[in-house]
Amino acid sequence: MSYEPVIGLEVHVQMSTDSKIFCTCSNKFGAEPNTNVCPVCLGMPGVLPVLNEKVVEYTVKAGLALNCQIRSKSVFARKNYFYPDLPKAYQISQYELPICEHGYIDIELEDGTQKRIGITRIHIEEDAGKLNHEAGCSLVDLNRTGTPLMEIVSEPDLRSAEEAKAYLMKLKTILEYVEVSDCNMEEGSMRCDANVSIRPDSNAPFGTRAEIKNVNSFRNVERAIKYEQKRQEKVLNEGGKIVQETRLFNADTGITASMRGKEDAHDYRYFPDPDLVPIVLEDKFIDDLKAWMPELPDAKLARFMSEYGLSGMDADFLVSAKAYGQYFEQAVKAHNNPKAVCNWIMGELMRRLNDKQCTIFEAGISPENLAEIVKLIDEGKISGNIAKQVFDETAETGKKPADIVAEKGLVQNSNEDELEAIVKQVLDANPAETERFKGGEVKLQGFFMGQIMKASKGKANPAVVAPLLKKLTS
Amino acid sequence: MSQTVSKKDVLHIATLARLKFDDEQAERFTNDLNNILGYIDKLNELNTDNIEPTSHALDIYTVTRPDKAEASLSNEDAIRNAPQSENGMFRVPKVIE
Repeated sequence: MSYEPVIGLEVHVQMSTDSKIFCTCSNKFGAEPNTNVCPVCLGMPGVLPVLNEKVVEYTVKAGLALNCQIRSKSVFARKNYFYPDLPKAYQISQYELPICEHGYIDIELEDGTQKRIGITRIHIEEDAGKLNHEAGCSLVDLNRTGTPLMEIVSEPDLRSAEEAKAYLMKLKTILEYVEVSDCNMEEGSMRCDANVSIRPDSNAPFGTRAEIKNVNSFRNVERAIKYEQKRQEKVLNEGGKIVQETRLFNADTGITASMRGKEDAHDYRYFPDPDLVPIVLEDKFIDDLKAWMPELPDAKLARFMSEYGLSGMDADFLVSAKAYGQYFEQAVKAHNNPKAVCNWIMGELMRRLNDKQCTIFEAGISPENLAEIVKLIDEGKISGNIAKQVFDETAETGKKPADIVAEKGLVQNSNEDELEAIVKQVLDANPAETERFKGGEVKLQGFFMGQIMKASKGKANPAVVAPLLKKLTS
Repeated sequence: MSQTVSKKDVLHIATLARLKFDDEQAERFTNDLNNILGYIDKLNELNTDNIEPTSHALDIYTVTRPDKAEASLSNEDAIRNAPQSENGMFRVPKVIE
């Protein structure tokens, strides 16, 4: 029997503020254990949390970008549970009155159609500390305690692991565009829990769900959901029942396992936090943020296709990170050949980013220099092969491409007389191939072009060489 | 008086709060809690149809501070009161997930 999975995602996103949510400790990742802590985030008695204004701003920005309604009044609540990573024994969160509600993201499915995924709510909360499990004890680092989080809860609208991944990637891109988080799943600044259930067909009521925790990469979201789907199918096919539970995904083994002893823990006894007054947002505050909003990925994609005549695939790549689009537009401004600029970004530049593990603006090639390389090709001054050499040289030395071409004498040779001599020389050096080529073996064209390029040190202009080769062999 | 809180509820809440009660204490708290809730029940006699739920009694909203990081405690001070510590971290009994 086959089943349809029903998936909803809860995504925790660390906000990239300078200080923590309720105290002035630094919000930087990677400090020595327990050095970014103070009486407030250590949960000492008698302290008072004071809300970071940026946390409200960032969450509303995210809410607007995700098409949410912004509540004019929202309230903090205490979520009570005991765990050593939570020194107060309660987490300050939002419960009944979250700051953003009823939003959505449009994702693109593999067949090219769009699907709208509902966002139930976004609420503000504080992160907990980090536990290091050692033999016989656990060691607690509370640096992360009080890191501002927004929890973004989707509707159970996702129907496959692939859709879940597409949703997550789109969410990440949008949050990067509004600059509220660096959304680094590997470093934990974006974390995902998946609620997964299955049902016999799309008209059946939802089945019992399991909550999968600890999924820390896009690939693992897909793996964890696929595994869980199979596990539940097996249980039902063997006549069993799905238990509502929390399960932990293990990235090494690729399986999910039940977290024992958590049955009680879901009784969180939420109540409004008396230490924090409600957030009331004025219309002007929200309107100002609406006015601030940058162009978002969907709008940019449509514009890149219409304004620059790019294909959907090219435009999709360029909007996948905000910096790519910025880089592209800067380069096109310097030399108006969008398709070629896009190809160079997707090809050579991305290869360099992978090699150097750096961002697009750190790769050593400014958009203006990339544009200059494309311009040199378009003007027939250098060949595509030479351009790659110039690209590497520019990236390493920071010199202008035109200067490198002049310095090293890399200008493409279009002189018919000189090239004719080279073609003759190559034909003479390969008499057997020349005979076969003359005899109609057309595929040898590539061989000869290669030899000629080699003999000219890559500088022969192919557009001039091709007719010469034809002339001298007919 | 109606029993809104059962002894089972009291023992459940005690477990969540990491408290241990013997039988006599559990009986007593059940009784006390029912008395308290019964008293508070009086509020239900009021008509609150057009009143928004109150979470805070103060007429103050949106108290925030600028996003500016300042110095934290030293690691020494941070773990000074910890019964056990190791490598600058709080050492606690092993928690098994």
